[in-house]
Amino acid sequence: MIKVNVRVSRFNPEEGNVKPHFEEFTVEADPTEKVLDLLHKIKWEQDGTLAFRRSCAHGICGSCAMKIDGRNMLACESLISNLKDPTRVTVEPLQSLPVLKDLVVDMDDFFKKYEIVKPYLINKTPPPTKERYQSVEDRELIDESTKCIQCAACTTSCPSNWKNPQFLGPAALLKSYRYCFDSRDEGMDERIRILDNGDGVWRCHTIFNCVEACPKDINITWHISELKKKLVSREY
Amino acid sequence: MIIKHDVVIVGAGLAGLRAALEASRYYDVAVVSKVFPTRSHSGAAQGGIAAAMGNVEEDHIDWHFFDTVKGSDYLADQNAAEVLVNDAIPAVYELEHMGVPFSRTPEGKINQRKFGGHTRNYGEAPVLRACFAADRTGHVLLHTLYDQCVKNNVRFYSEFFVTDILIKENIIRGLVAYDMIGGEFTTFHCKAMVFATGGYGRTYKITSNAHANTGDGLGILLRAGLPLEDMEFVQFHPTGLYRYGILLTEGARGEGAYLINNEGKRFMEKYAPKLMELAPRDMTSRSIQTEINEGFGINGEDYVYLDLRHLGEKKINERLPEITGFCRKIAGVDPVKEPIPIQPTAHYSMGGIPVTIDSEVLADGKSQKVEGFYAAGECACVSVHGANRLGTNSQLETVVFGRRAGKAIVEFLKENGTEKADLPEDQIKTSIDRVEGIKNNKGDEKVGVIRHELQETMMRKVGIFRDEQKLKEMLKKVRELEERAEHLQIDDKGMKFNTDLTEALELDNLLHFAEIIVSGALNRQESRGSQYRTDYPKRDDVNWLKHTLAFKKEGEFIFDYKPVVITKFQPKERKY
Repeated sequence: MIKVNVRVSRFNPEEGNVKPHFEEFTVEADPTEKVLDLLHKIKWEQDGTLAFRRSCAHGICGSCAMKIDGRNMLACESLISNLKDPTRVTVEPLQSLPVLKDLVVDMDDFFKKYEIVKPYLINKTPPPTKERYQSVEDRELIDESTKCIQCAACTTSCPSNWKNPQFLGPAALLKSYRYCFDSRDEGMDERIRILDNGDGVWRCHTIFNCVEACPKDINITWHISELKKKLVSREY
Repeated sequence: MIIKHDVVIVGAGLAGLRAALEASRYYDVAVVSKVFPTRSHSGAAQGGIAAAMGNVEEDHIDWHFFDTVKGSDYLADQNAAEVLVNDAIPAVYELEHMGVPFSRTPEGKINQRKFGGHTRNYGEAPVLRACFAADRTGHVLLHTLYDQCVKNNVRFYSEFFVTDILIKENIIRGLVAYDMIGGEFTTFHCKAMVFATGGYGRTYKITSNAHANTGDGLGILLRAGLPLEDMEFVQFHPTGLYRYGILLTEGARGEGAYLINNEGKRFMEKYAPKLMELAPRDMTSRSIQTEINEGFGINGEDYVYLDLRHLGEKKINERLPEITGFCRKIAGVDPVKEPIPIQPTAHYSMGGIPVTIDSEVLADGKSQKVEGFYAAGECACVSVHGANRLGTNSQLETVVFGRRAGKAIVEFLKENGTEKADLPEDQIKTSIDRVEGIKNNKGDEKVGVIRHELQETMMRKVGIFRDEQKLKEMLKKVRELEERAEHLQIDDKGMKFNTDLTEALELDNLLHFAEIIVSGALNRQESRGSQYRTDYPKRDDVNWLKHTLAFKKEGEFIFDYKPVVITKFQPKERKY
């Protein structure tokens, strides 16, 4: 067991004018434990008012993305032993979204962008009685994009998104790719206007922050580039 | 505040979303969930969804039917199990049409893999029946259904914690919820309601379940005077990541992985010579625990190995990328190079809210319906799984019975209109007072401490192997914890995103039904499926081929029983 100094960003909207500030806790932990375990120990043993989201605790539900030592990560997958200094860690809410309380951010804007890209299969041809066939190669094209857990680590790490909050951002564009490149989808025409403008794919300047931040190791920038290629190579 | 909708669905996992999609074709539907929909625990399902479509090899609906009934240790209601297997193939095609990215065969069909207890020709050998998308089947199903709900303009109320339902004269009227972001209580007024609130794995210390899986829906129903069925049947999944309990899909064994003891032996040959590692979960978990208890755990400790290495790096990366990923990240084990330490983990709740095959909630557990009230998915007990569920039948259950709930609601509203019954003001007040009471209570007990004691003792005393003495000790312990929980003290007195409060409410729900799990197991003097009594090691069809029903009346639990529906397969000895 080691002692870990945990600096947590605190903000309580019900405490009047108090601005976000850091509070420090000392927590005993095994180095194989996760940052989420540190937060739980604070909440359950020291200060029940600490607010954060979490659920599955193994990187599939996407609830616990936060800034850990300056980088967007899932708290449930961040091993204490992998920290820069396992005896000290700083935990903050995701950048660029409004903070509701402590580590909990307002995700409304993030999910609105998700809805804008028409995140569903568009196919107006009546389906066959069995499955629509899809080759192994066509399925492979969308495989990586279906790994996304909508944790927002990418979009909130994107400098283009910081500068222009209207930008759809990497998560929504990745979702768009997932359907645009699905061999069963016929909705590209409906999606062009959404993607082919200043708040769409062209706002991505291949900075690769999203790739670095993605806890599912998705090469998001590559996917956005494929969308760009698809748009420029279309015949009108 | 009062919000009105024709239909209110509680829970945004697969069952809730599937019901929402169906009902939203004709009526105004709202989904209320304590987490954002794609955070629901359905997304953690890995291995697949069963349907006897025979895309890769010969398969028949009747084989699936037989396997489900035999897997249930003959406690499944066979009329319900028949609906499940009959609806399976169209349900999977429908999911495919919605865009689910299933893994494919070389000719482009939905690919299928082997899973525990699913066999060809009534038990001969494992069959390729589980339709899958790598090892994130639940994840892609959940996201696809959510996407379809976005398309259908389903209204979502995320991070609303439901505290109680409003029910009077056997008619569902609405519910009370704590709006975590808004920081206030909200009443929902509706004509029809679906509960799709999931399971209660968090009653146990080692569990594959998310922190959110505290069986809230079941606590709520008990408070409303409604019964629960077969709660003693808790499934332990054979392969939880050691110490964490995180699920390692049965699909790994479906792809050919071995279970190995400290002598390097595939010990399943002792317990299930025909199906080996693909025996049903109850048997496989018992076998693992037996090996551990008899000193064959690795290094004498309480785990054995799941060995994937012989599958080769290519197959592991292609078919099992998710589990490989978190083994590396969380446990520092590379399944390509090393065997994975595993132990059985509390995984699935066979029991739940008694419902008809059209997902209608039964007020007496037998025949009397609650008007406008439905339940589907893990929180419900149809019962298609009986005493032990087969892998891949749960995702199937969510979409089959979620859809049936939606269809039944459409019929109900067509017949009865959407005019809502009056809200019982006194019940709204009682619910809010209860929550305020917990929030403002002045005591010396902490939520985390009581919850930990519950989970830790449930693990030891109501786990894979049970006996009268342990169960009696646990009953005493649960009552002690219930008593202590009246002296809770929480730190957060605010109303904005108060998770200190929601954790206390979750604990309250856990404690509401924990006693039923224990008493149900104590009453049932036999071994069947997931319930194994070392003092009654045989199945007893003469006395116990029946479902348990439990009610809470004036603080006391009352138990009743009802017969199992047997249509085609007579109970036989269960060998694999």
